[in-house]
Amino acid sequence: MTQQPLLTLQNVGKVFGPVTVINDVTVSVYPGQVQVLLGENGAGKSTLIKMMAGVYQPDSGHIVVDGKTVTLPNTRAAEAVGIATIHQELNLVPTMSVAENVMLGRMPTRHGLVDRRALRQQARAALALIGLDIDVDVLVGDLGIARQQLVEIAKALSINARILILDEPTAALTRHETENLFAVMADLRQRGVGMLFISHHLDEIAEVGDTVTVLRDGEFIGEVPASTSEDELVKLMVGRGIEDQFPRVSENLSQAAEVLTVENLTSTGLFSDISFTVKAGEVLGIAGLVGAGRTELIRAIAGADRYTSGTVAVRGQILPRGNITAAIAAGIGHVPEDRKGQGLVLDASVNNNLGYATLASTAKLGLVDFAGQRSRATAVAKRLRIRMHTIDQPIGALSGGNQQKAVFGRWIIAASTILLLDEPTRGVDVGAKVEIYELMNTITAAGGAILMVSSELPEILGMSDRILVMRDGRLAGELSAAEATQDAVMTLAARDVDETHEQR
Amino acid sequence: MSTTTLPTPRRGVDYKKFLANNGALVGLVVLCLALFIATPDFLTGPNLLNIGIQVSTVAVLAFGMTFVIVAGGIDLSVGSVAALSAMSSGWMFASAGLPGWLALVGGLVVGALAGVINGLANAYGKLPSFIATLAMLSVARGLTLVISDGRPIKTAPEVSFLGGNLGPVPMPIVILVIAALAASFLLNRTVIGRSMYAVGGNAEAARLSGLPVKRILVTVFALAGLFAALAGLLLAGRLDSAQPQAAAGYELDAIAAVVIGGASLSGGLGRISGTLVGALVLVVIRNGLNLLNVTSFWQQVVIGLVIALAVGIDVLRRKTRNS
Repeated sequence: MTQQPLLTLQNVGKVFGPVTVINDVTVSVYPGQVQVLLGENGAGKSTLIKMMAGVYQPDSGHIVVDGKTVTLPNTRAAEAVGIATIHQELNLVPTMSVAENVMLGRMPTRHGLVDRRALRQQARAALALIGLDIDVDVLVGDLGIARQQLVEIAKALSINARILILDEPTAALTRHETENLFAVMADLRQRGVGMLFISHHLDEIAEVGDTVTVLRDGEFIGEVPASTSEDELVKLMVGRGIEDQFPRVSENLSQAAEVLTVENLTSTGLFSDISFTVKAGEVLGIAGLVGAGRTELIRAIAGADRYTSGTVAVRGQILPRGNITAAIAAGIGHVPEDRKGQGLVLDASVNNNLGYATLASTAKLGLVDFAGQRSRATAVAKRLRIRMHTIDQPIGALSGGNQQKAVFGRWIIAASTILLLDEPTRGVDVGAKVEIYELMNTITAAGGAILMVSSELPEILGMSDRILVMRDGRLAGELSAAEATQDAVMTLAARDVDETHEQR
Repeated sequence: MSTTTLPTPRRGVDYKKFLANNGALVGLVVLCLALFIATPDFLTGPNLLNIGIQVSTVAVLAFGMTFVIVAGGIDLSVGSVAALSAMSSGWMFASAGLPGWLALVGGLVVGALAGVINGLANAYGKLPSFIATLAMLSVARGLTLVISDGRPIKTAPEVSFLGGNLGPVPMPIVILVIAALAASFLLNRTVIGRSMYAVGGNAEAARLSGLPVKRILVTVFALAGLFAALAGLLLAGRLDSAQPQAAAGYELDAIAAVVIGGASLSGGLGRISGTLVGALVLVVIRNGLNLLNVTSFWQQVVIGLVIALAVGIDVLRRKTRNS
């Protein structure tokens, strides 16, 4: 690797408020090579990418392009030096044609009008850069996600991008589509384009990558060849001692009563024929790939969405479908996947957010019980150690971990006995994560039951007493805490997935 | 303004915070001072009563609008619904021969029903509130013309009483005070009122917390319709007759009053006291410009600028507070 890198982030650091998200990380992208960026959610990958794209400025260290130190004050500056980012959420306008999208912002004109002929021609030339042969008059929204991605790559290359950042490009692709993308990447490699590749599929790393940079908690852990074994990569990524991170204290469940019973639950097109039970004091984890129907299942149980058939029963009592109020009355509390979009009213105070679930049940004659609400909220905020200035502060100003604790707190005030957790530690820093796990222990020790969906395998493995694996809307299997390993879970979650995708 | 929300522990009075939270009130005071200096006609008993009467219609409409805007919606139909309610009341009395008090109540019911339809279309029919109430704006005005055949109808004496005097005090001002207290109580103290803030702030989070979002929305629009009806009856009472073109365009004044009063059109924020101040700002400016012999053409220009200025300052203030 004597070649000069196209781009280097040299000992960069980034601090948000009191939290250091990136500390002294160095990563380089070489021409004609694929650099893999590996790390758990929250390890700092997206922050690094945003520095390269000109969205964030490093607080320490510097950015070097072609051997020269540069600053990238905005995304335009990054584009100007040839850096293009292909995000998971594509930057395309679905209601415009492929040609218009490729040429957006630099439409060829004649006499002040769009020159449609030149537009098509130039767009076709751009698509030809990666051998993409599609009708440029088709609306982008009518293309599949894989094609849209390729359109975006073609667009980037036609603006002379030399450094391509691919942020989990394969997350939504089938195996076949992924191979297509890898072929395009191989071709770009031949032509000297440098690529930074992010993926949660470890098996893809050896296939497409050259070197791997591993991050953990914002720190640079190491740089290893892409041929490194998956086990070794996981070890680097997660760090030793999963036990320390996951302080699960299991209860003795032999005498425990079943509190949540789900039978043959089916929602057409989302999940089908799901049956399981959760006992008092138990944490039941639900693993599976994104799109396997886990969130949909949880929402159906919570009453947030209707389902087609089957039953949900709490302590033997069947709940009406699609009725959140009834679910809450039966003791169910739902901590949704998207904290900001579904969990909290960000402009409202911590006090109010803690009280929404109990607003009506604690009221007298339709009048809000302000004093009672305040004392309940104060007590629970103290108990959960929610860090804030005052309880009247807008909850949007708190950190992710404290916001999440408040969503839990709402259900603790409501005296919920069954918690449905959907990605309970997403976007939560490591310290608050452990606090949330300890809270889960407290809840189960008091006889509460927890159903937890998580995409972080270590979390599922570390905190569950029992694990259900979902695949394509069905239960693919059940594992006890003792027999569960990353491999065992992934085998169940991903088996046959290629074939079923191809059939669609 | 004794209608603020939560009792917060405070040491002394935080002037800076008070100013930041009551920009419209400060503006109103400055405006009144300026007019007091500019013209001797401003601070006179008759003129102040006149302002009070003028503001009553706008403010009562705007109170209803406050519920809707706090809950994250908009109601374009309040002007038309005000006219329809008054006209229906007039028809019930003059043509259907109902007793006057029943015609008055009937008018209020018509307004609330129009609001319920708005709410159903929005919450269950999934129409954006802008569209649902735009449709109602047209439908209600059309029905007003159908009922009246385009002519004014004489209203019941009970309705005319709303436009009269209670001792030395004009009834519209009495109604205004009662409506403000009721609306403020509803918004600040009751479960339904507090729920409106949650729905406007984040409807999905409110729903997942178990709040009956659809029922809340229907109630919100019904209240807006009810308050619109009251405003329509006030207006008719002053003229002793329901006019087919009454309150046309008043929805824009109502929205302006709410927004000047510090509410956010994206929902979750707003106070009745703020709305009252907003309505006063609008009416006092018009009144002052009249006293200063500025033509009504220029008045429109000034009002437009004031709205832009008020909201612009508010946006700026929030931006600096957040950063």
